[in-house]
Amino acid sequence: MTEIRVVLPAHLRNLAGVHGEVLVSVPGTGLTQRAVLDALEAAYPVLGGTIRDRRTGKRRAFVRFYACEQDLSNEPPDAPLPALVADAVAERREPFLVVGAMAGG
Amino acid sequence: MAHVRVLAGTRKGAFVLTSDEKREKWSVSGPYFGGWEIYHLKGSPVNPDRIYASQNTGWFGQLVQRSDDGGLSWQPVGNDFTYAGGDPGTHLWYDGTPRPWEFKRIWHVEPSLTEAETVYAGGEDAALYKSVDGGVTWTELTGLRTHRTGPSWQPGAGGLCLHTIILQEPRIYVAISAAGTLRSDDGGETWRVINLGLQSGEIPDSDAEAGHCVHHVEAHPSRPDTLFMQKHWDVMRSDDAGENWYEISGNLPTDFGFPIAVHPHEPETLYVVPITSDSLHYPPDGRLRVWRSRSGGNEWEELSAGLPERDCYVNVYRDAMTVDRFESAGIYFGTTGGQVYASADSGGTWAPIVRDLPAVLSVEAQVLP
Repeated sequence: MTEIRVVLPAHLRNLAGVHGEVLVSVPGTGLTQRAVLDALEAAYPVLGGTIRDRRTGKRRAFVRFYACEQDLSNEPPDAPLPALVADAVAERREPFLVVGAMAGG
Repeated sequence: MAHVRVLAGTRKGAFVLTSDEKREKWSVSGPYFGGWEIYHLKGSPVNPDRIYASQNTGWFGQLVQRSDDGGLSWQPVGNDFTYAGGDPGTHLWYDGTPRPWEFKRIWHVEPSLTEAETVYAGGEDAALYKSVDGGVTWTELTGLRTHRTGPSWQPGAGGLCLHTIILQEPRIYVAISAAGTLRSDDGGETWRVINLGLQSGEIPDSDAEAGHCVHHVEAHPSRPDTLFMQKHWDVMRSDDAGENWYEISGNLPTDFGFPIAVHPHEPETLYVVPITSDSLHYPPDGRLRVWRSRSGGNEWEELSAGLPERDCYVNVYRDAMTVDRFESAGIYFGTTGGQVYASADSGGTWAPIVRDLPAVLSVEAQVLP
C-alpha cells in the first residue's frame, strides 16, 4: 500500500467535497496511472465517470495527468510511472495532478 | 400562501427563482453547480421538493444531482448511462457514414407522475433511461434505440439528442433530433415511429418515416391524444396520439422555432416563439415576441407588452418555455441572452425576472402550497 498526494481540479474537489490535496492509498507497490485512478475513485466514488469514460476506461478528452512537471496523460494506463516520478509521488514529495485541460470557456 | 418556484438551467449553472402568486417580486438563488452546463432541472409531481438536475461539462462529463428539499441542498446520484446490451451498434453521422453510438449528455429529465422514486432521462446519442431508485441507478430502455429505424437516425445541429419526454404512463412519447417522434404504449418496452404528416424539406425524402428534426412536443394533461409540435420548420398538431399530424402554422410570421407550450387550463391555447430561420436564430426584425393561439393553432396573435421592441437577437431554446398552474396562468421563457421573462396573465403582459444570467437552457415552474 502506498499513500500518495493527489490534486484535483476545483470542480472535482467540489464534487468530492474536499479542500486542497487528498491523500489516496494505492494498493500494492507499483504505481501506475490505472492504480492511482482506481484508488482515487474507490475513495471518492462520486468521481466515477468524471475522469475516465465509464464504458471504455479511457481518459476523458479534456482531462490531463501531470506529476513532477511531466505530462503522463498519454502514457499507457498500466505502465509503471517513470522511476523518478514514481519515487517522488510514492514518497509524497510531489503530488499526482488531475487537471482540466485548457479548452472551452 | 401559494408560491411559485422557477427552475432555470443555464450554460454556467442552475438558478432557483421564487415569488408569490402575484409574481411581481422575485428572489433569485444560485448559481448552483457554477461553471457546469445545466441542461434541465425538473421537480417531481409526486414530491415537488424532489428535484433532479442534469449537470455536464466537456471536461468531466455527465452528472445527475438530486435535491430533496426544494433545491436548498443537492447530492450527486448516479451517472452511469451505459448503453445496454454490449455493442451498441451504429447510427448515421453527419456525412452519412455509420458511427457507433456514444453517450455524451442528458438533455432532459422527467420525473414520473405517480412514482416518487421513478424518473426518466433523455440522452445524446439518443437513448431513454429509467431509474426507479431516485436516480441512483439508470437502465436504458433499449427498445427505443434499437428500433429498426435507429441505424438511420442522424444528429441535428445540436447532436442526436432525445430532448422531449411526455409521460402518460404506461404511454410515453419522446422526440429526437433528428429522428422525429416515437410512442410507446407499454412503458417503454416497444416503440413505434409517429411521424406521418410531417414534411421536412431538409431531408431527401421529405415525408420519410424517420429523420425529421422535431424541436419540441407538448400535450395538455386533459387531452392525452392531442399533441402540439414545434418542428425545425412548421408548427404541427395531432389529435390521434401522433398517428397523423397536420400543420397549424397559420399566420405566424415564421414557423421556425424551438419551444412550444400549452396553457395549463385552456387545452386549445398555445404559445410559440417564432425565430427568423434555421440559420438566423433570433427573432424577426430584432423584436422578441411570443405568439399565442386560442384556437388550437392556425390563428395566432402577437404578444408584445413588456418584450423588447428592438435590437433583440437572442434565441429561446426548446426546454426554455413553461407554464405554471395558478388560476391566472403564468407563462415563462428564458433566452440565450440570460433573461427569464414571466407573464402572470397568460401572456398579456411580460416582465423580466432576471436579465443577466448565463444563456438559459431550460425553464420549469412549480406551484407550491
